Amino acid sequence: MTFVRPVFRHPEAPKNALGYTKKFYEGALSTLCAGCGHDSVSGAIIQACFEMAVEPHKVAKLSGIGCSSKTPTYFLANSHGFNSVHGRMPSVATGAYLANRDLMYIGVSGDGDSASIGMGQFVHAIRRNLNITYIIMNNGCYGLTKGQDSATADFGSINKSGAANLYQAIDMVGLALELGATFVARSFSGDKDQLIPLIKAGMSHPGFALIDVVSPCVTFNNNVGSTKSYDYTREHIEATAAVDFVPIMEEITTEYAEGDTVAVQLHDGSTIHLNKLSPDFNPRDRHSAVNKLYHAKASGEILTGLIFIEPETRDLHSLLNTTTQPLNTLEKGVLCPGQQALDSINAALR
Amino acid sequence: MLNDFVIRFANVNGTGSASANDMFAKAIFRMGIPVSPKNIFPSNIQGLPTWYEVRVSEKGYLGRREGVDIMVSVNPQSMPKDIANVKSGGYFIYDSTKELYKDFIRDDIHYLGIPMMQMCMDKFADPRQRQLLKNMIYVGALSALLNIEIEVLQGIIQQKFKGKEKLVTANYEAMEMGRQFAFEHFTCPFAEFRVERRDLVKDWIMMDGNSACGLGAVYAGATVLSWYPITPSTSLADAFGKYAKKYRIDPETGQNNFAIVQAEDELAAIGMVIGANWNGARSFTATSGPGVSLMSEFLGLAYFAEIPTVLVDVQRGGPSTGMPTRTQQSDLLIAAYASHGDTKQVLLFPSTPAECFSMMGVAFDLAERLQTPVLVMTDLDLGMNENMSPPLKWDHSKPYDRGKVFNAEQLEQMTERFGRYLDVDGDGIPYRTIPGTHPTKGSFFTRGTSRDEYAVYTEEGPAYVRNMDRLVKKWETAKQYVPGPELYQQEKQSAFGMLFFGTTTYAANEARDLLTEQGITLDCMRVKAFPFSQEVQQFIDNHQRVFIVEQNRDAQFKSLIINELGANPAKLTSILNYDGFPITADVIRQKIFEQLVGKLKPPFAEHVPGEPSESEVSE
Repeated sequence: MTFVRPVFRHPEAPKNALGYTKKFYEGALSTLCAGCGHDSVSGAIIQACFEMAVEPHKVAKLSGIGCSSKTPTYFLANSHGFNSVHGRMPSVATGAYLANRDLMYIGVSGDGDSASIGMGQFVHAIRRNLNITYIIMNNGCYGLTKGQDSATADFGSINKSGAANLYQAIDMVGLALELGATFVARSFSGDKDQLIPLIKAGMSHPGFALIDVVSPCVTFNNNVGSTKSYDYTREHIEATAAVDFVPIMEEITTEYAEGDTVAVQLHDGSTIHLNKLSPDFNPRDRHSAVNKLYHAKASGEILTGLIFIEPETRDLHSLLNTTTQPLNTLEKGVLCPGQQALDSINAALR
Repeated sequence: MLNDFVIRFANVNGTGSASANDMFAKAIFRMGIPVSPKNIFPSNIQGLPTWYEVRVSEKGYLGRREGVDIMVSVNPQSMPKDIANVKSGGYFIYDSTKELYKDFIRDDIHYLGIPMMQMCMDKFADPRQRQLLKNMIYVGALSALLNIEIEVLQGIIQQKFKGKEKLVTANYEAMEMGRQFAFEHFTCPFAEFRVERRDLVKDWIMMDGNSACGLGAVYAGATVLSWYPITPSTSLADAFGKYAKKYRIDPETGQNNFAIVQAEDELAAIGMVIGANWNGARSFTATSGPGVSLMSEFLGLAYFAEIPTVLVDVQRGGPSTGMPTRTQQSDLLIAAYASHGDTKQVLLFPSTPAECFSMMGVAFDLAERLQTPVLVMTDLDLGMNENMSPPLKWDHSKPYDRGKVFNAEQLEQMTERFGRYLDVDGDGIPYRTIPGTHPTKGSFFTRGTSRDEYAVYTEEGPAYVRNMDRLVKKWETAKQYVPGPELYQQEKQSAFGMLFFGTTTYAANEARDLLTEQGITLDCMRVKAFPFSQEVQQFIDNHQRVFIVEQNRDAQFKSLIINELGANPAKLTSILNYDGFPITADVIRQKIFEQLVGKLKPPFAEHVPGEPSESEVSE
């Protein structure tokens, strides 16, 4: 457990565009193991929301069950949170989103939650292009029940008890690409420079934004032979690009070297700058993304960064042609057809 | 009998017979005579036997009656069985294009052959038309045989095919062919069975319960429907969609003031409903028994985390896949105690389409008032048959009851700490907030894990117990809010009572009349909701013996009565029916008679005993 968090904040701590300090975006004290990758991801979410100057109460944070799903308690204390049922967060988030399209939705899940018990819901949320930033804190094991292999554990990866995993791993990024997801990224809990801009970009994306974050379990899956340990991940990481996110209206001050940089304009006017580390890769081309992913996999590397994006996309409300006004604000006058209509319905049934 | 008979149509499914049969029933209804049509259909799309049974009852009895007076047979597959089902002295009307097999001849019923297929082949060129219009030939013949006013039938055809004049003409022609054939070949009308115009249906309507529920949800302000296809609830979701498209599309923007998602399974369906209600939209799902099984985990979450949820369970024959196209009331226990741990769910029991409609409003009001799931328990019989019903009524003066929800102003004024699960009013119902309401006040973490009054996770025993006890207090409060039972008399008249709910109502009331004729008086109560209100307890206390009518094997309703009211099981006797067909008054009468008088004296009408003394009662 992370028992201590300093109460002291610098009196001149920087404020964001809304005048809030970063503290305003924090949550309760984490009860996860000291050094847990998930706490770093929570920190990245806090930082991203702070830098993006989102109103915390305009965010809804939802999760399933498991270590990862506990984390929404540890960020954005002024947001409503929903720790739902194991593997079923996508459906609860879908319902919430249907009720109010104006909130921003952050879904937090784990590899057990999304790749096993909740695989069905994960898959269908992508199909519907639910407007959510969906973060998988992926550690290849079931932490809360003491370290059983999960469905994302790589074939042959050795767990803490020394046993090699017998089964093929499910690659959530590959799956999402296959399913037509419109924003697919992978990162590492230990790489904030990459993770924070990816979360910001995901939040700006008007559809399903998957960020699969390798987030090592220090207690049960950080041993030698594990392919989801800190050491292994650091050694095998292959980034597609250095990522920088520029929100809408912000003046671009950074100089980007010509030729290596791809700028992707997002739907809301924000821009992602990808300082490409790999010349043979185009994040707007699904085929190229799939290719790159398989190449990395074949060479034993973990591909990270923004892997695919389709900025212009139609989300669930757009597909359903729902009113732009949130459904939860419609009044009886609009909703109830009235007595005259009922009279004619009755008449037609005689 | 004049205005009193049962007619059954034996068809092949997928041949368009449903539409012709509906016209037949509607015509009698429009002649002011009570009718009760029931579909008896297979779990199949095309090619298997399907039946449509219409009871015509001058006295207004809408329950099913055993025994077929007139069988209309256009399905050779089921012919032997159909012939066997005709009551002695009854009629068997069949397609005589092919000669009837001589082994099928019974000497105690009348056979009327009409070469329907041949007539169609001669008259119509289009193969699909030949098949569809064959059904109109027998409708035409029946109009002659039963004395149905032809103008009424023509009116129905005109209404149904409005703007499709070719179809109107073709249907008229087919009907007229059948009618003329009957006049030429048979003595019309039947001496025993025929109809004569009455004024008995008044302002009533004919509607299926699923449509009424779907429309009720529109009136109740539901904006989000998430569902998964399952018989017999699918047409409920369809109806919501149909009415929402008619009444909920913004005339200016063309955008929908509703959202419907066909989920990937029942788990996702109820998950979306819970998510939407959590976020302040009225949302519901419709399903049947197998779906309720799958939704149970989520129903536990909604109960424990206190999220309004509305679910319509159109019950069918269980367990497992069971009998998907037959009716039962066998989901009571799983619904009442859905999910693991200590849970109790609010149930509503409509018995007419008018109640399906209005109870959807009650369900949403209760769900939001009590912040808990409300399950509307209908069944296939009510949901998928065109039931005669009082007209739909909606109390427009009543605002939607959105329950205890703090708005931004209330939160702004608040000086104390917001406690999501604090029992502020002493009724067990806490206050909730909707996400996005206030920048710094009222946010909380919804969870299925134990928590304290401020929604903070806790594993402390006392805090857990306080919460569980408050939920029981809320359950007690619910008893004041749920619809009370209906008593069918002013005062207590008998030592014996009969309890029933939902679709057994018609048969139970008819049985009560039949028993009264035999000298057995019964006090009757129809229960409309669970938890049971005080009146139900009193009714049981006030009677020496209570018969409980229900459509399942295990007397689930009786179990609820015993479990929740502590009623003495010895004074409760179950009248059960679980073969998948709606219960008949005769079954109820017979079983109660056997219990109170004994099996000795069939047929029942010959002996009219007085109200039996206690010593006569057999256990």
